[in-house]
Amino acid sequence: MLTLILILIPLLTAFILFVSGKKLAKTIALIGTLIELAFAVLVLVNLKQGNVQALTFKCNWIQSLGIYFSITIDGISMLLVLLTALLTPIIVYSSFNKEYSNSHVLFGLMLLMQSALIGVFTSMDGFLFYIFWELALIPIYFICLIWGAEGRQKITFKFFIYTLFGSLFMLLALIYIYLQSPVKSFDIQVLYQSARAMGLNQQAWVLAAFVLAFAVKMPLFPFHTWQPKTYTNAPMPGVMMLGGIMSKMATFGIIRWVLPMVPQAVEQYGNYVIVLAVISIIYASCIAIVQKDFKFLIAYSSIAHISLIAAGLFAMNAQGIQGGLIEMFSHGINTVGLFFIADIIFNRAHTSEMAKLGGIRGVNSQFSFLFLVVVLSAVALPFTTGFVGEFLLILGVFESNGIAASFAGLSIILGAIYMLRAFQLIMLGDTNSLTLHFPKLTKQEIITLVIIVILIIGIGVYPKPLLDITENSVNILLQGIK
Amino acid sequence: MKELILIAGLGVLALLAGLINGRKFFMPIVLIGLSTNIGFSLADWGSNEMVYGMLKLDNFALAFNIVFSAIAFLWFISAYEYFTDDNNFSDHFALVLFTLTGAFLLVSFTNMITLFLGIEILSIPLFVLVGSNKTKLKSNEAAFKYFLLGSFASAFLLFGMALIYGSTGSFDLAIISGTIAKSTSIPPMYFAGMLLMLMSIAFKVSAAPFHFWAPDAYEGAPTNITAYMATVVKTVAFAAFFRLFYSAFGSVHSEYALVLSIMCAITLIVANITAAVQANVKRMMAYSSISHAGFMLIAIFTLNAANLLLYYTLVYSISSIIVFTVIKIVKAYNSGNDSINAFKGLLKQNPILAGCLIVALLSMAGIPPLAGFMAKYFMFTTLVSNGYLWLVVIAILTSLVGVYYYFKVIIAVFQKPETENDITLSFAHKFILIICALALLVISIVPDMILGVL
Repeated sequence: MLTLILILIPLLTAFILFVSGKKLAKTIALIGTLIELAFAVLVLVNLKQGNVQALTFKCNWIQSLGIYFSITIDGISMLLVLLTALLTPIIVYSSFNKEYSNSHVLFGLMLLMQSALIGVFTSMDGFLFYIFWELALIPIYFICLIWGAEGRQKITFKFFIYTLFGSLFMLLALIYIYLQSPVKSFDIQVLYQSARAMGLNQQAWVLAAFVLAFAVKMPLFPFHTWQPKTYTNAPMPGVMMLGGIMSKMATFGIIRWVLPMVPQAVEQYGNYVIVLAVISIIYASCIAIVQKDFKFLIAYSSIAHISLIAAGLFAMNAQGIQGGLIEMFSHGINTVGLFFIADIIFNRAHTSEMAKLGGIRGVNSQFSFLFLVVVLSAVALPFTTGFVGEFLLILGVFESNGIAASFAGLSIILGAIYMLRAFQLIMLGDTNSLTLHFPKLTKQEIITLVIIVILIIGIGVYPKPLLDITENSVNILLQGIK
Repeated sequence: MKELILIAGLGVLALLAGLINGRKFFMPIVLIGLSTNIGFSLADWGSNEMVYGMLKLDNFALAFNIVFSAIAFLWFISAYEYFTDDNNFSDHFALVLFTLTGAFLLVSFTNMITLFLGIEILSIPLFVLVGSNKTKLKSNEAAFKYFLLGSFASAFLLFGMALIYGSTGSFDLAIISGTIAKSTSIPPMYFAGMLLMLMSIAFKVSAAPFHFWAPDAYEGAPTNITAYMATVVKTVAFAAFFRLFYSAFGSVHSEYALVLSIMCAITLIVANITAAVQANVKRMMAYSSISHAGFMLIAIFTLNAANLLLYYTLVYSISSIIVFTVIKIVKAYNSGNDSINAFKGLLKQNPILAGCLIVALLSMAGIPPLAGFMAKYFMFTTLVSNGYLWLVVIAILTSLVGVYYYFKVIIAVFQKPETENDITLSFAHKFILIICALALLVISIVPDMILGVL
């Protein structure tokens, strides 16, 4: 029941926002998301006490086809629900300094998306999962279409068609598995059973369909072409939702819907996906190195990080999956932080081209410090949140494929190159006319950044609570597979 | 029986209403009549009444009767100005009501004679209605094309029926099916007859490659009539298609399944790709209507799909009413221009109009969780379970093309308007748009409500 409330709070807030005026929009959105965060913590407490009954909700939806409205929370989904509940208020708060036209609709759509995302992370029915999966896409499409930058129509459209294309094949795979069993039910356990009973060849096709859907969403090379332009073109809250939370839908999907569904095929063909992911890491990192625009750099670095997560997950061992989950969490925080910083710079200097900036550290050392922490986390320095995840991920990949791991390890080195270069170009060097009068951070900006920095260092120094959340569920998952 | 008398009686009454100038009061009478028809059908539910061995009011017939009456009810309100604008209101009323009489025969026939009668009673008034915009050349041309090709199709139907009669010795669907099931060798004549009937009905439902009349007829006809053809007529034609093949040719299912599955693939590919390059929204919707016919065809050649057809036709009809109503209003506002540019800035000009249009288009494009997605999803499932994986892949790829052209309109709605003036909606239009959009949302959330009926 608590899980249902988690889905309903943002939904309800969204409808309130749609009918409320512009004036109260920010306050309502912030209060709604904070209530959601409080509830997420309550759910966490319940989960710790092992109170599964209170977290599960199941009722008939389309009875004739065996489709249930079935949701629950375990350790794996808890982490992502927590990430969603934590990031959304930060994203809402981070856009307080901007005036968007019809901001109540913007916030409403964001909350609608939050609701759908929670649904994706908690659904235990294949059909319901697909519905939430697509439902998350519609609000972000409209956010990008209405509030995006110039020339957005084509870009957002490409984004929409691309992701829809991928997920339709996921739907096909789900239908196929559904029809394998005589029970005719979309319940996740029934799907697991009938999928595992299939032959290797069938499993491989199902795996291919899922990987296509998830590779587009993450995105992995060569399905990434929609991503950089969508990220740079979308309005700031939209891109934070996209990069911070939505890209985790796919990686979560691998854990919940691929690994336990077709373990044999993953065992057999998982290496190909790992190789694809490693290619994607190196490709995206190399492109990030030569970017001139800071926002594009963040977009490509996001591809690299997400690809590393994918590689770790397909290694199918405890380290890889645990590391993937932690990295999802920290990547969410880092991405939101980086995009927020890019936005701060863009608002003040009216450009995000790195060569035109420089010397901001001398003008605004406070900003420089906060920026540096986020950058260090992005390059996975020990004692930042980025380190824990990447370390475990590379360890996981190493156990299953040593050669791939050595290439995946390059991601940290290449990451250091492009991130530090960006920091150097933007913050160090001589000031110029654009950066000479770089204004001080506002109170709201400081609060947002400090929260992000606290999260980064807090998790980096003491990641155990987060690892504890997922450990049990990951072990259960792996036992089920083996 | 009483349903038939009621609708036919309304048609005759409409002719008489012209004598006493009943323009003001006849619309409510029609609406009450249609509601009564729905009430009668509900009362007859499960009775399986036989009408002189020619019609059988089984649940399939009653369900489709309720659906097409309900759609016609919504359509009458959305097209109210079509019945008040000129002096021909009683002709318009009578013609439409006569097509509904034919519709009733088509959903309930058990004999090929009633099938033919139904098709003719439905088609002939429709030829006139398509050409009812008398002063416009396009409307006349559309009617002429539709009439010529439609007569051809009717001739094919008759020819096919004759061959079937020759090989089985009966017009009765149950007897035809029974004779073939028992016989050891099926005469080739029988298959020829079936194929001819298939072609004729494929023409009526505008499935490729017999769809060429549809874009011209849809574009040339008055928009209200286009909406009528896309909703009521299409629903009924598919119900007849299903009924004929299910009850008469069920025993040779495997023979026609291949033909129909290939036709379905051609329809989906041709219609969607052609729709994607149209600049005129009305013409684009004509092709979109053909592509949806492709989806509905799936229910004909897969097994146990009556409820899926019911759901699909209902969903498609409701969204079509919204889309065509909006096209009509936008066209009138932009002095006859119905290109995609005319839709620019609709959101600013009238948010209700734009909102309902977006809901309807998203549903037609099959975006979850809207009803259009559910309808397509059920078709996918039945296809996979019948082993047509290749067709599902085609259906998925072509529905992505569909997303492309529906979104062209949606994107235009969000652009800057070319003129700043607001569009004002009459109460009836506002009412019908909101009702249809709500209905669409309700059947998306509880599809079991419709699926469980049959």
